[in-house]
Formats: sequence, C-alpha cells, structure tokens
Amino acid sequence: MWDETMIVMLLEGIRDTFYMTFVSTFFGYVIGLPMGIALTLTDKGGITPNRTVYRILDIVINVTRSVPFLILLILVMPLTKLIVGKSYGSTATIVPLTLAAAPLIGRMVESSLKEVSQGVIEAAISMGAKTSTIVFKVLIGEARTSLLVGVTIVLGTVLGYSAMAGVVGGGGLGDIAIRYGYYRYETGVMLVTLIFIVAIVQLMQVVGTFAAKKLDHRNQE
Amino acid sequence: MEQVLLEINHIQKAYGTHVVIDDFSLAVNKGEVVVIIGPSGCGKSTLLRCINALEDIQGGEILLNGEEVLKEAKNISKMRQKIGMVFQSYDLFPHKTILENIVLAPIKVQKRTRPEAEKEAVELLTKVGLADRKDAYPRQLSGGQKQRAAIVRALIMHPKILLLDEITAALDPEMVREVLEVVLSLAKAGSTMLIVTHEMAFAKAIADRVLFFEHGKIVEESSHPKEFFTHPVTERARAFLKTFDYETEQNS
Repeated sequence: MWDETMIVMLLEGIRDTFYMTFVSTFFGYVIGLPMGIALTLTDKGGITPNRTVYRILDIVINVTRSVPFLILLILVMPLTKLIVGKSYGSTATIVPLTLAAAPLIGRMVESSLKEVSQGVIEAAISMGAKTSTIVFKVLIGEARTSLLVGVTIVLGTVLGYSAMAGVVGGGGLGDIAIRYGYYRYETGVMLVTLIFIVAIVQLMQVVGTFAAKKLDHRNQE
Repeated sequence: MEQVLLEINHIQKAYGTHVVIDDFSLAVNKGEVVVIIGPSGCGKSTLLRCINALEDIQGGEILLNGEEVLKEAKNISKMRQKIGMVFQSYDLFPHKTILENIVLAPIKVQKRTRPEAEKEAVELLTKVGLADRKDAYPRQLSGGQKQRAAIVRALIMHPKILLLDEITAALDPEMVREVLEVVLSLAKAGSTMLIVTHEMAFAKAIADRVLFFEHGKIVEESSHPKEFFTHPVTERARAFLKTFDYETEQNS
C-alpha cells in the first residue's frame, strides 16, 4: 500500500490543501477586509456612522455565516462552473471557500479594528487625519496583532472547510481521507492524512502566534 | 492692539435633552493662556472637544482667526491642524515608536517630507528632554514622558492654539512637574493655550485669565489669577477652591 504512487498522492494532497487554503484565504481577505473596515467605520460610534450601510452588511454577513459550508458548496456550484469551468477539483473549491471565508473575515476584522482605543483614534482626528489615513495608519496599524491572530484562525477554519469539500471531490488531503477512509475502508491512509492536516494547522498556528508576538509592541519585555 | 485668535460665540452643546454647555462665549487673544477650572463633569473637557470639533455643537459658532470650525465642513482637516490637542490619557499610538508617533501627522496630513519632519521631531524632543527615547515604544515610557511626547506630537503640527485637557490628571505627583514645566516654557515662548486642569498652583502660575466653570456656564472670570485664587468673588468659587486647601482645613 505504501508505494510510490501513494506517497506522490499524499504529497500532492498536501500541496493542494495548501493551495486551496491560502488562495481562498487571500481572496477571502480581498472581500472580507473592506467589509470589516466598512463595518467598523459605519457602526454607531464609528468615524462615519451610517446605520443603513451597517445594517445591510450586518445582515449579509449573518445570513452567509449561517449557511453550513457543505450546503454553500453545493449551492454555489453554478457560480463555480461559471468562474472555473468545472465544479470539482481544488481550483473549483476555491470559489465556495472564498465565499465562506469572506463573511467570517469581515467579522474578525471588525472585532479586531474595534479593539483600537477610541482615544487613539480621536488623537488622529484631532490632528486633522482623514478617514483613509486613520484606516490604514491607525486602525490597521494598531490592530495588527489582533488581525494577524485573526488570519491564523481563518486559515485553520478554511483548511477545515477544504477537507469537507472532499465529499464532493474537492481535492487535497480531505479528498484523500474521504476517498480512502470512507469509501475504501483504508483507515491507515485516512489516519496519515489526518496527521498531516493536524500538523499543518499546528504549523500555521505556531507561525501566526509567533508573528503576532513579534509585532506586538504593547506589552512584551 | 490685541488680536483675537479664538472666538467662541454663544455655543450650545447637549446630549439629547441634557445640556452640557449653555450659551458659552469666550474670546482668546493671541499669546494668551486661559485656564479653565471647575468641578468634574462640569463640561470643561466637552468644551475643549467642541473647539476642535471632536464633538458637534447644537448652536453658536467657533471661529479661529475668523474662520469657522465646523465638524462637517470641507476644511475641517485644515482647521484641526491649527488646533493642537493633548489628552489626559496621552493617546499615543501603542504600536509606533515615539518618533513614529510624532511624524505620522506631519507626513500623512501635512505632506511634509520624512527627513524634515524627523529633524523637527528630534529638535522638539530635545527641548522636552526626550531625544534619547525617540526609538522607544510608548509602553517603555513613564506617564510623564508619554505626556511630554504627546505634547511634542501636537506641537510639530505648528498649531495656532493648544488645547490641554487635564494633561496631568493621570500622572503620579512626581511626574506632574516635568510636564507642567514644559507647558510653562511654552507659555513663556508665547504660545496661545486653553488649559483645563485640576492643578490649582499651576493654574495660578501660568494663567493670564482664569475661568471658573460649572454646569456649562462661566461662574467667575478673572484676569488677575493671583487675586482669583486668594480672593474669589463668588461663593461657589470660594467653596470649590477651599477643597484644594488643606492648610486652612487643619488650622480651622
């Protein structure tokens, strides 16, 4: 069973898992980061309060967050086909993964940015800083530790989702685990893929936490 | 003739139905140091926050050099650059070094070059005795040092007027002095300042004019601070000042 093809398959699985997780998280931030910034700015007590915009974003996020990933995956298949050209394989899985990650990221970014103290924001306002300067230099700059912890959590979650996509032939380690462990009763292969998945999550966690600590100037010695 | 720099005409500030500032007017001349004292929660800080439009007002107008300071106006960024503000809680950016804290606004808001802004930052830091701490992060500084850095952060914008909002209230007594000395030297150099403070001895030493403020109104105003602190006219001011005077308490 542990021949060359198996090892190649596992290595490809690892590669595909990384590919799906990182690309989806990246696109998730492309959509989710502006959402989180908009939520922070338009909430009451924000720099540019706007009840309507906040409510709309809030509802969109709540609704999309409530859809279980497996159902979202099937639901967006027409869209996936439209964008990627097929509805299976790791590249195709990036579409639903991105859509699942974006609202989560929006929320995480919002909560990170809201940790920046009002006083610091007001200090910037009092010096005549424009909203764009406050967003990029003050909010994101000062919340970076929390944002980075957020990235780590998102990566872990997206990786978990990507494994779920294995049920419908999503590619990556999850796909292998389901094909061998569930359809062929080869528990050994499944356990090996599981070990890899856990190891990858651990690795990302360690790197993320380390980077966050490095960037934190508030209370390290 | 003295030149009026800041003119506040009949401003009104309320949170819902709760009136905080009621028909308040004040003119501050160029180079003048006006100190506002009064019990906590009397609207002193709110007044300062209104002046640089951190709070909107419900009535009246605020003019700086004849130009209106209006929260929603297009020129508000320009106006705020002319009105420096220092806060009780320093509010330095915790993830930026002292130097970065100071040069952020000159570079990003005033579009000055980094070398020029850094050069002036270092000069100002030297004046307040913090040149050697320019690469430190706020958490590595004492409260007094942080507040001095915050003053420099306001000064580098070359404001026409400085608003100091209880800048020593969060400090240990030993650190109060080092901060107040910086403010005194600014006053001597001719800066226009509007100061809210609970340090009566400091108020007495620095003020050209003292306002005793309560319930959103001026209760007593004096252009002779020494006089005011020893012989206040109103009963209310007398009672307020007495709370700071422990000596008479002992002897009575």
